[in-house]
Amino acid sequence: MTSSIDESNKEKMRSVSVDLNHDASLLIDIPDALCERDKVKFTVHTKTTLSSFQKPDFSVPRQHEDFIWLHDTLVETEDYAGLIIPPAPPKPDFESPREKMHKLGEGEATMTKEEYTKMKQELEAEYLAVFKKTVQVHEVFLQRLSSHPFLSKDRNFQIFLEYDQDLTVRRKNAKEMFGGFFKNMVKSADEVLISGIKEVDDFFEQEKTFLLDYYSKIKDSTAKAEKMTRSHKNIADDYIHISATLSTLSADDTTANKKHLEKLADLFEKLRKVEGRVASDQELKLTELLRYYMRDIQAAKDLLYRRARALVDYENSNKALDKARLKSKDIPQAEQHQQQCLQKFDKLSDSGKKELTSFKGRRVVAFRKNLIEMAELEIKHAKNNVTLLQGCIDLLKSI
Amino acid sequence: MATSSERSPPPFPDSEDHDVLDSEEVGGRDSDEDDVGDELFTSAVNSPLTEHGSTPSPASQPSDVSMKPPRDIMDDPLIEPLSSQTENKPTSEDASEPSDDFVDLTGNITDSPGDAATDATEIPLDEPADDFVDLFGGEAEAPRGKVVVADVTIETAAHKREAADDVTDPPGDRKTGSNDEEQEAKETSTDSIIDLSDDLPAGDSQQPPPARDRFVDPLVNLLSDSPAAADAKIPSRATVDLFEDEGSDFFADPRQHKSAHQPQKSLFGEPDEDLFGEPLGAASKKPVSKEPRGKPVATKAGSNVSNTGGPLQEAADLFSEEAVTAVPGIKNASTVNSKTNGVHSEEETDIFAEATVELSLDSPRDERRKDVSAKPSASASALSAAASLAKSQSASLEELDEEGGEEEQEDEFEISISVKDPEKIGDGMNAYMAYKVTTQTQLAMFRNKTFTVRRRFSDFLGLYEKLSEKHGPNGFIVPPPPEKSILGMTKVKVGKEDSSSADFVERRRAALERYLQRVVNHPSLLQDPDVREFLEREELPRAVGTQALSGAGFLKMINKATDAVSKMTIKMNESDVWFEEKLQEVESADQQFRKLHTLVESLVVHRKELSLNTASFAKSTAMLGSAEDNTALSRALSQLAEVEDKMEQLHQEQAANDTFSFAELIADYVRLLGAVRGSFDHRMKAWQRWQDAQAALQKKRETEAKLLWANKPDKLQLAKEEIAEWEVKVTQYERDFDKVSATVRKEVNRFDKEKAKNFKREIINYLECHLQSQQQLIKYWEAFLPEAKAIA
Repeated sequence: MTSSIDESNKEKMRSVSVDLNHDASLLIDIPDALCERDKVKFTVHTKTTLSSFQKPDFSVPRQHEDFIWLHDTLVETEDYAGLIIPPAPPKPDFESPREKMHKLGEGEATMTKEEYTKMKQELEAEYLAVFKKTVQVHEVFLQRLSSHPFLSKDRNFQIFLEYDQDLTVRRKNAKEMFGGFFKNMVKSADEVLISGIKEVDDFFEQEKTFLLDYYSKIKDSTAKAEKMTRSHKNIADDYIHISATLSTLSADDTTANKKHLEKLADLFEKLRKVEGRVASDQELKLTELLRYYMRDIQAAKDLLYRRARALVDYENSNKALDKARLKSKDIPQAEQHQQQCLQKFDKLSDSGKKELTSFKGRRVVAFRKNLIEMAELEIKHAKNNVTLLQGCIDLLKSI
Repeated sequence: MATSSERSPPPFPDSEDHDVLDSEEVGGRDSDEDDVGDELFTSAVNSPLTEHGSTPSPASQPSDVSMKPPRDIMDDPLIEPLSSQTENKPTSEDASEPSDDFVDLTGNITDSPGDAATDATEIPLDEPADDFVDLFGGEAEAPRGKVVVADVTIETAAHKREAADDVTDPPGDRKTGSNDEEQEAKETSTDSIIDLSDDLPAGDSQQPPPARDRFVDPLVNLLSDSPAAADAKIPSRATVDLFEDEGSDFFADPRQHKSAHQPQKSLFGEPDEDLFGEPLGAASKKPVSKEPRGKPVATKAGSNVSNTGGPLQEAADLFSEEAVTAVPGIKNASTVNSKTNGVHSEEETDIFAEATVELSLDSPRDERRKDVSAKPSASASALSAAASLAKSQSASLEELDEEGGEEEQEDEFEISISVKDPEKIGDGMNAYMAYKVTTQTQLAMFRNKTFTVRRRFSDFLGLYEKLSEKHGPNGFIVPPPPEKSILGMTKVKVGKEDSSSADFVERRRAALERYLQRVVNHPSLLQDPDVREFLEREELPRAVGTQALSGAGFLKMINKATDAVSKMTIKMNESDVWFEEKLQEVESADQQFRKLHTLVESLVVHRKELSLNTASFAKSTAMLGSAEDNTALSRALSQLAEVEDKMEQLHQEQAANDTFSFAELIADYVRLLGAVRGSFDHRMKAWQRWQDAQAALQKKRETEAKLLWANKPDKLQLAKEEIAEWEVKVTQYERDFDKVSATVRKEVNRFDKEKAKNFKREIINYLECHLQSQQQLIKYWEAFLPEAKAIA
């Protein structure tokens, strides 16, 4: 399957999210993307006035794996430990629409041609929506990097944007995959260990409680919102079948009822479209928002973890220094280490505080924007429905 | 005069009232003013006697008899249902002074409504009565047999009674009273008679000359008709009608009319008013006047009409005419009655709404027509015009029938049924659901306007079984009730108080209500005694064989299976394209509706899912809002949670709407289409029987040919007899088939019409609910919008 995205659609899709600095010095977008089997090729387009780039305007092809590589290198960079690293875009998932398409093909015999065509259209639209969403999350990831004062200067990021060949990032091999998994295990265990540590700063203490709580809540909300959106989608699908059956009925009918059935079939077809929009708008404005912030909060939690780790390190170095003093051995070394740890911790605390505060502001603005848009869209769709229903009632009454 | 008149009325009272009236009229002519009543009576008596004696034509007598019997019947029915017996008796007693005979008669009548004994008593009282009595005896039985007639008569009788009472009260009414008396004479014969007798003279004097001639003709016609009226029913009606009409006419007096109108109104609601109000006159005018007027007979009709206008005069005329031509007069009277009957039939329909409907339903009218046509010969002796009248009458009767049909359709809206208060009775697996069935109706065929009975589910099924057994084979589409649901019912029985069992009960309740409404909306089914019994009777015998898993149910299944097999084996050679196409259409519609039903059910499931998911999202959002540390955002999130809570309600309501307004509508049509296919099957069976008979006939013919060839004359005779026998059968079956075909066609057309109407109504209903829910949704989101904007 091959699809591409055009610019105008993308503008609409960019709504999720994130309050980005509109810094004209580095503008990134993904104007085009190609989907070949499992691989999605994004065209990453950059427009810049920064001198660190060789050209002011260039495009490079990138794959999803390249984005993951970039994210991982950023996370692993010690200097960025005090920053909330923008969450990596999720892996494109075209499985569910594909599966549905497959099922549809199997069920073709039980449907009328018209019905089948409509279902297929619906699935294609769904597929396209997934595709657009995928492009969008990748784009947002890059935009957040570009709008960040430190991250935008990252060398790897610039290479990612500028290098005009395939990055040919090697896929993680099994060992690395296992290593990553092991690392996560260690981190989780570590988190549990660290959680016992006495917090020295109220701000971080509060922030930690808040984020932990918020994360579990938003995760739940995301799952529920997804379900709700899917239900809307199901209803829209039901409308398709009902409409198709009604029009078959009206085609066979020779009595006065024919017109009634006809109008009703029309109505359901139109209602279907509205319901489909309701579903996709809810997906875009609500579910996607929640999903993104779920990941973003995870990133913030990671920051807290890194800071807590540093705190533990610092305390350990303090203990080590005490021990050294007691033994009067290797004192300067220990002092130096303790100083380093303190510095690192202070630096992390400083930048962490800033990051978290800006994250809070970003989140509120994004929620505001999306909720308003969603309410407006809901109203718009409901009004459409009302018009359709009223029109149909009037039509029926006039028959 | 009074006494004489009274005497004469007594014999006539019920059925003879008309005759009596006629006779009175005749007598009036004869004796004009003086002994109009007496003469009338005597003449009437004479006339009947003479008719019987002089006119060997039994028809004339029968007609009289028939007239009488109906009256008797009327009385009886009236007495029974209305408990008017007592009333009648009192009235008769009151009247006793004037006409002991009448009293006796009335008493008898009231006592033993249709009994010959009453007739006998009546007979003894009046000389003429003897003839009548005989007539009554025979006829009375026949009429009695028909329940419908009885009801009608009862109603009419009641009206008459009232009218009679009114008449008696206002002296001025006497004239009309006389007529009334005659008419009412049956019931309140005594009073009315007296009045009549008094009135008659006056009326005679007034009317005699001009009206008489006119009347005579009509009367003749009427008589001719009536004689033929072997049908007791018809005559009875006619008599009733005549009486009423005449009475009304006679009643000229406002009071009487009013009184009469009122009672009738009350009884019949609107129709009565029309009849009596404009009424009587108008009614009589309408039917009779329509065709008759145009024709030479028109004058007669006109006279009738004029009667309505100036009741007294007309009555007088009628009487006078009758008197003039004693025998013919009688005939006329009968014919008049028949005419009036015709007129009345319309009027009756109006007046008696139900009664007329019933009448129209019954073949009587046809019989009447035949009678009319047959009568003409008799009337011919009286007047040549009679024939024309008869024709016109028959035509008018047809019109009446048609009108009756239309009225029936209108009647549909005069009955509404509600099924309420489902209640579980008993415990465990023996538990069952009982429902309150409340009927609200303007139809006079029911005793009350509103009544309630308690019925269990199997009673509904039992009703359907009875109806489909009776009417199914004739090609009627019998609306089917909701199916038995073992699963759903078991849940209810187990006493699970969850939403699905409440849902099930509500669904079924609504389905039962729609089912009954459909049954009573069907003009033919409404007339079925079982339907009325179901609606009216307190205790209903337990319906058997409706259990899905009982022995009877098993038998039914086997029957169905054999039916299905025979259906497959019958290869019908469809000669009628309409049926072929329609059947195809019905079958594909059936299939599509089934599919649609599944789809709508799945829509309901998804909508419920949506409602659930929305609810859990609302909860989750509320939690998220409580976790949010930005105050404005937290507030907005909890607002969002509230909005989503309301959404959940809306979705839930919409799911219920989908279920009850849409899915159930479709389910109804699935069932109904099944019934439609059933009617096609019955037609096919009728066809098959016809074909089988033809094949058998063919075989017999071949046998005959062989025998002929073999020269076996002894067996040949037998073969010929068989052939004749089978020929009869073939024609019979062919006729049956044609009849079933016609019915199926009519029914399917009716079904289509109803379907379109009903579908549109229900769908609009459904869409309006949907619309409201969407409007509500807009409101909720609009209320939320400022909250979202307030996030800082």
